[in-house]
Amino acid sequence: MEGHAALPELEAVSWRRPVDERWLRLREAVSAAYTGVYCLPFVVLGIALVLLEPLLFPVSLVSFLHAWVIPELFAYRGARVVLPGSPSPHSRAESAAQGLLGDLLGHQERELQRTTGLAPERGTLGTWLVGEAGALMVRPGGRRIHTFCARVTEPGLPPSDRIAHLLLALREDERGFATVANHAFAGGAWRIRRRLPKRQRLALDRARQLPARAP
Amino acid sequence: MSRLVRLDRSGHTDLASWTAADQAAYEDAAKLFREQLAGGYMGVAKLEDDSCEQVKKLPLEADLVMLRRPIAGG
Repeated sequence: MEGHAALPELEAVSWRRPVDERWLRLREAVSAAYTGVYCLPFVVLGIALVLLEPLLFPVSLVSFLHAWVIPELFAYRGARVVLPGSPSPHSRAESAAQGLLGDLLGHQERELQRTTGLAPERGTLGTWLVGEAGALMVRPGGRRIHTFCARVTEPGLPPSDRIAHLLLALREDERGFATVANHAFAGGAWRIRRRLPKRQRLALDRARQLPARAP
Repeated sequence: MSRLVRLDRSGHTDLASWTAADQAAYEDAAKLFREQLAGGYMGVAKLEDDSCEQVKKLPLEADLVMLRRPIAGG
């Protein structure tokens, strides 16, 4: 079979550095530092205010609130890539798309996708959960997570077809998929988990237990 | 029986099917495949290990070949 290993869509983002293990680790470190730089001043300010004048406690609370809200906003941005879209009517197109998507998945994966709306896929970089408008990638060990925003260029496709498009691209070239998609978040899996709807948490919990595929 | 399937707004459309022994059916499917590529679709063959491979020519031996649209960062 005459195959092409690299995802063709990479040509459109030729300036991007290809995603690999080193890139992911660097992104995790930068993200942690970024959050620290934003939050630490508010924590220090809050403590300093109370030490200087205990009556300023309400003001220090506002400072602590800022330190709490900023990482929450980062996590919301990360979780949003797999939040369910507006409910689509049960159409014939969606049923047909669901059938094809089911053919692409194994039995357990198919059940999980139908229950949670997220299709699991074991990759070499981590375990992926593919949604309609992006994907989560749980790193080996299950503690760290990356989220990516991606879309199909054709509008009007049924939800399961959009998932199938992203799943196919991911299976063709995992690193290429991660490079083409827009990186949205890197950090602790618990930060994303608490922002997901209950049914999607189940998918994340399963993904955290699955080992990554051997390279 | 091999199948050529297009992912589209109808969910998916079965465009053609062929067997390795039926050269005429394969040629018809290959012609359709080329037309779809010219229309902006991308060919993806499902391999036995469930991985997928980008293909520019319709593979005779693949069980399932799908046509998908390009993806981009969201």
